[in-house]
Amino acid sequence: MATNSAGSNDPTVNRRQTKRPKYSKFTQQELPACKPILTPQAVISAFLIVTAIFIPIGVASLIASRDVVEIVDRYEAACVPSNWTDKIAYIQSGADKTCKRELHVEKRMKSPIYVYYQLDNFYQNHRRYVKSRNDEQLRDAGKGNSTSGCDPESNVDGVPIVPCGLIAWSMFNDTYSFSRNNNNVTVNKKGISWKSDRDHKFGSDVFPKNFQNGTIKGGASLNETIPLSQQEDLIVWMRTAALPTFRKLYGKIEVDLEKGDVINVVLQNNYNTYSFSGKKKLVLSTTSWLGGKNDFLGIAYLSVGGLSFFLAMAFAIVYFVKPRQLGDPSYLSWNRNAAGQ
Amino acid sequence: MAHGRIRARLRRSHFYTFGCLRPTTTDEGPHPLQGPGFSRTVHCNQPEIHERRPLYYCKNDISTTKYNVLTFFPKALFEQFRRVANIYFLLAACLSASPISPFSPLSMIAPLAFVVGLSMAKEALEDSRRFVQDVKVNHRKVHHHKGDGVFGPRMWQNIMVGDVVKVEKDKFFPADLLLLSSSYEDGICYVETMNLDGETNLKVKRSLESTLFLDSDEAFKDFAGTIRCEDPNPNLYTFVGNFEHERQVYPLDPSQILLRDSKLRNTEYIYGVVIFTGHDSKVMQNSTRSPSKRSTIEEKMDYIIYTLFTVLIFISIISSIGFIVKTKYQTPTWWYLRPDSIESQYDPQKIGVAGLSHLVTALILYGYLIPISLYVSIEVVKVLQATFINQDIHMYDEETGTPADARTSNLNEELGQVDTILSDKTGTLTCNQMDFLKCSIAGTPYGVCSSEVEVAAAKQIASDLEDDDSDLSNFPLPNKKGHVSWENVGVAEEYELETVVTSKGDEDEKHAIKGFGFEDDRLMNGNWLQEPNTDDILLFFRILAVCHTAIPELNEETGSFTYEAESPDEGAFLVAAREFGFEFCRRTQSSIFTRERISTSGKVVEREYKLLNLLDFTSKRKRMSVIVRDEEGQLFLLCKGADSIIFDRLSKNGKIYLEATTMHLNDYGEAGLRTLALAYRRLEEKEYSDWNDEFQKAKAAVGADRDAMLERVSEMMEKELILVGATAIEDKLQKGVPDCIDKLAQAGLKIWVLTGDKMETAINIGFSCSLLRQGMKQICITTNSDTESNDVKQAIKDNILNQITNATQMIKLEKDPHAAFALIIDGKTLTYTLEDDLKHKFLGLAVDCASVICCRVSPKQKALVTRLVKEGTGKTTLAIGDGANDVGMIQEADIGVGISGVEGMQAVMASDFSIAQFRFLERLLVVHGHWCYKRIAQMICYFFYKNIAFGLTIFYFEAFTGFSGQSVYDDWYMILFNVCLTSLPVISLGVFEQDVPSDVCLQFPALYQQGPKNLFFDWYRILGWMANGLYSSIVIFLLTVTILYDHPFREDGQTADMAAVGTTMFTCIIWAVNVQIALTMSHFTWIQHLFIWGSIMTWYVFLTIYGMLSPEYSKNAYHLLVEALGPAPIYWSTTLLVTVTCNLPYLIHISLQRCFNPMDHHIIQEIKHYKKDIEDQHMWIRESSKARQETKIGFTARVEAKIRQLKGKLQRKHSFLTIMSPVHK
Repeated sequence: MATNSAGSNDPTVNRRQTKRPKYSKFTQQELPACKPILTPQAVISAFLIVTAIFIPIGVASLIASRDVVEIVDRYEAACVPSNWTDKIAYIQSGADKTCKRELHVEKRMKSPIYVYYQLDNFYQNHRRYVKSRNDEQLRDAGKGNSTSGCDPESNVDGVPIVPCGLIAWSMFNDTYSFSRNNNNVTVNKKGISWKSDRDHKFGSDVFPKNFQNGTIKGGASLNETIPLSQQEDLIVWMRTAALPTFRKLYGKIEVDLEKGDVINVVLQNNYNTYSFSGKKKLVLSTTSWLGGKNDFLGIAYLSVGGLSFFLAMAFAIVYFVKPRQLGDPSYLSWNRNAAGQ
Repeated sequence: MAHGRIRARLRRSHFYTFGCLRPTTTDEGPHPLQGPGFSRTVHCNQPEIHERRPLYYCKNDISTTKYNVLTFFPKALFEQFRRVANIYFLLAACLSASPISPFSPLSMIAPLAFVVGLSMAKEALEDSRRFVQDVKVNHRKVHHHKGDGVFGPRMWQNIMVGDVVKVEKDKFFPADLLLLSSSYEDGICYVETMNLDGETNLKVKRSLESTLFLDSDEAFKDFAGTIRCEDPNPNLYTFVGNFEHERQVYPLDPSQILLRDSKLRNTEYIYGVVIFTGHDSKVMQNSTRSPSKRSTIEEKMDYIIYTLFTVLIFISIISSIGFIVKTKYQTPTWWYLRPDSIESQYDPQKIGVAGLSHLVTALILYGYLIPISLYVSIEVVKVLQATFINQDIHMYDEETGTPADARTSNLNEELGQVDTILSDKTGTLTCNQMDFLKCSIAGTPYGVCSSEVEVAAAKQIASDLEDDDSDLSNFPLPNKKGHVSWENVGVAEEYELETVVTSKGDEDEKHAIKGFGFEDDRLMNGNWLQEPNTDDILLFFRILAVCHTAIPELNEETGSFTYEAESPDEGAFLVAAREFGFEFCRRTQSSIFTRERISTSGKVVEREYKLLNLLDFTSKRKRMSVIVRDEEGQLFLLCKGADSIIFDRLSKNGKIYLEATTMHLNDYGEAGLRTLALAYRRLEEKEYSDWNDEFQKAKAAVGADRDAMLERVSEMMEKELILVGATAIEDKLQKGVPDCIDKLAQAGLKIWVLTGDKMETAINIGFSCSLLRQGMKQICITTNSDTESNDVKQAIKDNILNQITNATQMIKLEKDPHAAFALIIDGKTLTYTLEDDLKHKFLGLAVDCASVICCRVSPKQKALVTRLVKEGTGKTTLAIGDGANDVGMIQEADIGVGISGVEGMQAVMASDFSIAQFRFLERLLVVHGHWCYKRIAQMICYFFYKNIAFGLTIFYFEAFTGFSGQSVYDDWYMILFNVCLTSLPVISLGVFEQDVPSDVCLQFPALYQQGPKNLFFDWYRILGWMANGLYSSIVIFLLTVTILYDHPFREDGQTADMAAVGTTMFTCIIWAVNVQIALTMSHFTWIQHLFIWGSIMTWYVFLTIYGMLSPEYSKNAYHLLVEALGPAPIYWSTTLLVTVTCNLPYLIHISLQRCFNPMDHHIIQEIKHYKKDIEDQHMWIRESSKARQETKIGFTARVEAKIRQLKGKLQRKHSFLTIMSPVHK
């Protein structure tokens, strides 16, 4: 049995040492770590913290939402004269579309009061519809000819449409004018769109061209002398809504409306929602820091907060009634199995 | 070398009675080589002939890589697209250019290219490693005949068929060779075939008589010959061929063939001619392509993916039906869509086409249900996990300088689910080094050193006794006295153990002689002369020094002798004899010379023993003897052999020490030592010469019964022996093996040993690594017959069946819950047992046994047994081995582990993991396996959760867009979701998560069972996570939409458009899934914190940057966060509400689980958290000692058995005391 002569393998030792993994806390998976565990205190306090945060937020949201005054008037049915049985024929006819509505202010509304139109069952989010626009053309006067994606509203007789596409073509064109005690209430239509849209997405040197000149007229027409960046109705409309029920900002009323006021609305009921039996609503609403009248958020917060309070209590009771000492080795499976045998 | 040649010129064959005697005549003629399968022609020493067809044979370079430069792309791509999910994404990417696709082409192709590219890069890396390994082998050098009798080095890969090569000592054969001549005069050489079949003893090969003249380089100048032989085949033990030399034809048989990957031993050099090269060689023919293995988890993951595909198709169909209904009945009235001029994909007139194209759209749109990045994330995670395995300093072997190596990373988690370990023995459990440790001479035991098993067991007993004090006090002890008596036992025991342990400690420092671990002052340094029975001791030493077949070799540097022995046992004996003062120093044809130091003065006398006969060792005889005449002219037969064999042959007055020796042998066996009994016999001159005549007659006999005759004649002499003593040799286990086996057994793993060694050796090792112990019922299943005829075969099978049935019955009827059974079966029996009709019965029996040892198994049988276990039990198997003979089983098992750091890389090459020492297996499985299993399981579950939570929101939104295929999210959000917004946290979960630290894993092996029981990846859990995903998707969608859809969301009165709703929803998703993963984790280093909170931050950063790009690129997201969402409190409060609501149920779930049904790791986390393990160390130690599976193997079990035995004794004592107690009263 050969005994190795010592020293002969010195070079190999050096070579081998290079393979030795270097020690570091990282490679040895020994990095300092925090290992939180769900102690009863942690569970209960987690739920209590959720409660403590959620209840106030919920209350605040609810208060904010309750402060908001909202008047909703559905008018698409009432605005068809009773002698027209066929609503679609009416809306497509050249008949006078003027319609008068009265809104009653139940509660004082502080300015600014936002005027919205709300459409139902209108699929602005339909894939074909969403895609049917050309952002380049809207932004850049030089790109007026680029109408890709806009079919079938890309051009009329070979001349490109600006703004092209179904979205612009089908723009909402009901108009509202408000008066109170025979005094006109002005609706400010400025500043209803996102500033970034006006500044960067819709060119200030891009003018509507060849718009609504096709065989079928869609929605609103545009004043060809005003650049797109100032056509705020269009800008708002072009921000497609997420769901088939949506509101869009029409304008702002910058006077307060007092309780008991009667607002007379003269509206032009031009927009065809009758084909697809969509509703049209006129909405006047104030806002709070949270936005519009939105009880749901507050209620959701309160219920989650309440639930977690309940859970905190439930766990407190559980831990009290059936305490398990943490780290009690008798719960280890081998001890439990032994007990079971 | 010249020195070696001269000295070694011995007619070694003289020593061999049976093994290698060259028959004087032979009745077998040249084999009539005909027909297919026997067409190979080799022109010796004329390799140039083999450069052209038709005699062109394959080259000697081997390649184990999966790909080469040309095939890499097609093959690797094909591999990638064998995954269903990838095919799906490929189709989606192809369609993404068409208008049908809801996404832009880039958003479909980029992630796919990324994922596939990364996986392929990984494949390439792994294959290149194999390539490097191949190159290393191919570039080994060997001396080959360059012509004109000049030899020069040449790389293995350039060796041709027909080349003459010269292989030197301890070198591997580069190809399958025909042995022409060796440094021994009679053309014998010794070959170690450990890499082929795992057998450790050397094999003797001999050349043809006719080629013996080729004994020098010059002789090959004009040598030429032709070999006609069989075609390449995988059969290692057969060879059929003829050698034609100078118009004479000689038959060849396997004993002239040197196989590639075996090693030349004890022979200075050999000349050989290459017959089979490269992949034609037998060992390569034996090797199968390494199969690509997949872990159970990954296989299950496929089912989950199929489930998700089903869901995907289901919701796509729903969506298409919705689309058809909407399109058919409603869109014609939607004038704003211009239904009069519409593309066919929305055309209500062609609803069939529209419906189908929408189906495709939907399939692509909801594709986010299928986590495209899952595979790639898993690969990344596994590569990182593998890096950690490679980097683990606790698995680095200082001696050989090899770290652990995860060669294929895709089985990491499988390591955590292993149920059965199939282990090779030699080189894996043992280091194939024998240490002379103890002996019993003339009924007196010598040797104070204890075997590793004893040491390990002693430690265990010592700690257990401490612990069990309380346990024992429960014993109904009648009075103080009883207790005292017990304590005496305990103390005595402990005292004994104490000495055992300390002596071992000392020994480590001074003991440096390889093969000799003996320590006892009574025998050392000539002190044995003061012992009684000096004569017997003298004889004992002489037997050690004389009865062997080894050759001494003088080490010129140290002046001491080293021995070249056929088996390491023999080497150990000679080293022992040398240390005792009986140095074997020279061997001639007829004599053995020893230097004996008999007197205390240290004077050395050289003595000569005339070697008259040598009756060598065979596995059948289990003994070897020499007949010598000493200088006084006395004749002795010196014999060593298996105790049972020797004891049967003792004379009446030779049994004086029988009883004592038997007792000692039992002790040695229990201590895991290999034992041999030594005996002698004095011969009368007359008796000997009579016998010798007969023996010579038998030796000269010709024919089939020659061996039988020789055996019979030998038998006649080996009787009437006188027992001298017994030796105990420790087959040196690799470091820490018993401990490791014990731990693995405690972790609930079953361990099977499959070895090529003979049964006794295997059983010994079984004892030494505690797989066997005294008191364990051994079930040996054997056959005796060699014949192969059919009805005999049936009879054998019936016999085996009978044995199996009986054993099964026995186990069934066993009442004692502590009874343990061991199944031992040999290879020959196994051939029958592995046939279809028997194997399941065999498996059934084997599963009931605590340990299973298969001995004398061929590589193929190892693989078959592995397959049987794998397929029969359906559990995960792990095969571990070090030699080429283990390759089959390593490839067959679910996980193959190779022992690296020894020579011969075949096992490592075929393996999935390689470690340097068996003991690292514990850490590999119990720590890394456990971690990786949990990490991967959690990671996959989470992945499905997050993709369901995300993907379903797209579906819900669909329903509100008239099923038109519009997505609420920007394309970029979708790309980034899987690629960077949620991937890093889940990767950090997969790489860094630790439920308990590594030391706890090792202390509580029972935790490992969470893997084999698959507690973290069962359908219950998977579906739970999916339900969680469903719930989250609903919450996210409903809450966001209800809050935002119509009301103004800011003080300025603006309403939310699609971009705002989509972005809010997406923000909620990012928060919800990242908080979810934070809840899932239990181990936060700064990395996790960085990744989780960083991912959320990244989202806002991305949104800001994206919003700052020109609207040309950012479209509706332009200034979205800064201008629209950021200032709106409702955006933030929605995020908070949704995040909390999504995670509430999971929080409740884990709180309840921890409260009512805590799992083991929960408790341990708590103990650690409250530092109870430090405060109450007793409890901690107690629990960790309890944290093991009920086990019947390992020394813990052995200790328990011993304690039970002691308790039994105590009880007897106790009853005895109660009988006595009246006297006290």
